Amino acid sequence: MSVTVYVPRDSSALAVGAEALAEAIQREAAQRGVDLRLARNGSRGLFWLEPLVEVATPAGRIAYGPVRAQDVPELFDAGFLAGGAHPTRLGPIEQIPYLQRQQRLTCARIGLIDPLDLDDYLAHGGYRGLHRALEHAPEEIVAAITASGLRGRGGAAFPAGIKWNTVREAPGNVKYVVANADEGDSGSFADRLIMEGDPFALIEGMTIAALAVGATQGYIYLRVEYPHAHATLERALATAYRAGYLGADVAGSGKRFDLEVRLGAGAYVCGEETALLESLEGKRGMVRSKPPLPALRGLFGQPTLVNNVLTLATVPYILAEGAEAYQQLGAGRSRGTLPIQLAGNIARPGLIEQPFGISLREILYDYGGGSATGRPLRAVQVGGPLGAYVPAAHFDLPLDYEVFAAQGAVLGHGSIVAFDDTVDMARMARHALAFCAAESCGKCTPCRLGSTRGVEVMDDVLAGRQVETKLALLRDLGETMRLGSLCALGGMTPYPVLSALEHFPEDFTAAAARSRLG
Amino acid sequence: MTPSAWDETTVRRVIDAHKERPGALLPILHALQTEFGHVPRGSVPLIAEALDRSRAEIHGVISFYPHFREQALGAHVLQICRGESCLAMGGEHLAEHAKERLGCEFHGTRADGAVTLEPVYCLGQCGCSPALQFDGEVYGRMTPARLDELLREKGLV
Repeated sequence: MSVTVYVPRDSSALAVGAEALAEAIQREAAQRGVDLRLARNGSRGLFWLEPLVEVATPAGRIAYGPVRAQDVPELFDAGFLAGGAHPTRLGPIEQIPYLQRQQRLTCARIGLIDPLDLDDYLAHGGYRGLHRALEHAPEEIVAAITASGLRGRGGAAFPAGIKWNTVREAPGNVKYVVANADEGDSGSFADRLIMEGDPFALIEGMTIAALAVGATQGYIYLRVEYPHAHATLERALATAYRAGYLGADVAGSGKRFDLEVRLGAGAYVCGEETALLESLEGKRGMVRSKPPLPALRGLFGQPTLVNNVLTLATVPYILAEGAEAYQQLGAGRSRGTLPIQLAGNIARPGLIEQPFGISLREILYDYGGGSATGRPLRAVQVGGPLGAYVPAAHFDLPLDYEVFAAQGAVLGHGSIVAFDDTVDMARMARHALAFCAAESCGKCTPCRLGSTRGVEVMDDVLAGRQVETKLALLRDLGETMRLGSLCALGGMTPYPVLSALEHFPEDFTAAAARSRLG
Repeated sequence: MTPSAWDETTVRRVIDAHKERPGALLPILHALQTEFGHVPRGSVPLIAEALDRSRAEIHGVISFYPHFREQALGAHVLQICRGESCLAMGGEHLAEHAKERLGCEFHGTRADGAVTLEPVYCLGQCGCSPALQFDGEVYGRMTPARLDELLREKGLV
């Protein structure tokens, strides 16, 4: 009987040798005359173990990792096709504590299924949500999303149900659903994991959203830096069309929904929803003033629902399992689960989906295992390049939108980047300003000029020139950017800058400058 | 990608294939860059005419997006991730090493035209930091030594 071996095709797995490994396994099997089926799954998101190989045995899927191509003959000798012992053997995949302790709802299928196999998707609960949605009126679908407590996962955490209802009620014959897949926040990779590991979840979520708000056309605005996600999405879309889940008659409902991928072109600001819409219209990605809200006048002036990939990929679960199943998880007004992305200087980086309320400390130590270098963790940046730096003294903070906001921090898209005690926080502050200067769309003055002036101020601070005066200027500049910018790019760049200054003032002194210059 | 020489017929064919799509400009620019390795200057008036927009507007869009370029790059493109996760794992050191090895700064091309070095703000490979991309292929857990090895494999040193 043929044995199935899983080697991820996720780009992070490919980045550390999964392709060579897959080839080596097939070559070795052919040489030994072993009947083997090589399946290409997504990544489980346990990145320190990639490339992670799984073998389907009668006792379940047994994991080995990280495995190098040169380990393959030895693995065959060790009888890994029957789950045999080897130094890289990790045991049953579901029993790896990092995975076992999670509650994966949005990311339930990543790494489990072949992302391009629609039957595999269907066998694991796929399209149950759509079929439930088709049994209900649009306002009932929206009511389910509202009742679930789901909030926008892209960073703004706006209640999804309210946005959906605004688009649903907006007058207009033509409406759009847009997936914001411009995952530009450094430290973030959950959108990519979904698109590469479970693309039908996004497609299904968008289809349900279209039914709810009355849209017939959807776009996935994908960043060009994700060529693997692009290829996977294109193939999945073609499959969904062939199977009748997209097009003129969605799942036999008589309703039309067309969906296509549009590529961005390297501009971070296009992750801001109005800049994204400008870009989709074929223009420079300049932020629009609000109002009007995109929900009322969005793409090509029509009512448009823009949601992040994670938000949309969570929709099928809510429809299939009911709003209550989702709503009962979480903390405070942060309901459901958050796919947390743990990266940076950390021993076990990866995807951790857990209900809101889990503390940074649990994430960083129980899951992450502390720093990769073995040195003490000094700071984490939560919520992307515009998120605040959180010092070790605050690691007991629970992940909760309101708790973070009260601390002057943000959860953003759920990324956590860890730094050990060798990090120079003044340099990180400069980096944030330089990033803003490079990525500003230029429409508003606080962001366009403030970021560049900020870099100059930080250069003085780093060199120890007039430090006190410059820091007063930096605080003032930060306040101007925060209050006066048109969108979150200029408005939130002060978060990493001023949080670094507040929590790590010792890195912003003349003495620090002297030791920096050696 | 192998950049081809200027060829108006091809440019017109690419434009015609996309011009009826809503918001056609980015798809056209992507298709031209895939075809030529860059967006040839001479295509700007042709795009403007097809979309009934001004040449300044087309140029403005090309120059807004870091991905689009009007000049050909080196034969190979090496992009080093500048995201915070990569910086936390030695990304700065990796970038300095790449500059030294290639003898050029970011946005520069090695003297022989073989490789262009570019910064990229996050490749989404934060679980395998530091990361880089070489001609569209991603590489994680990079070190200066592994970068040298990669450049050797590609026949660049």
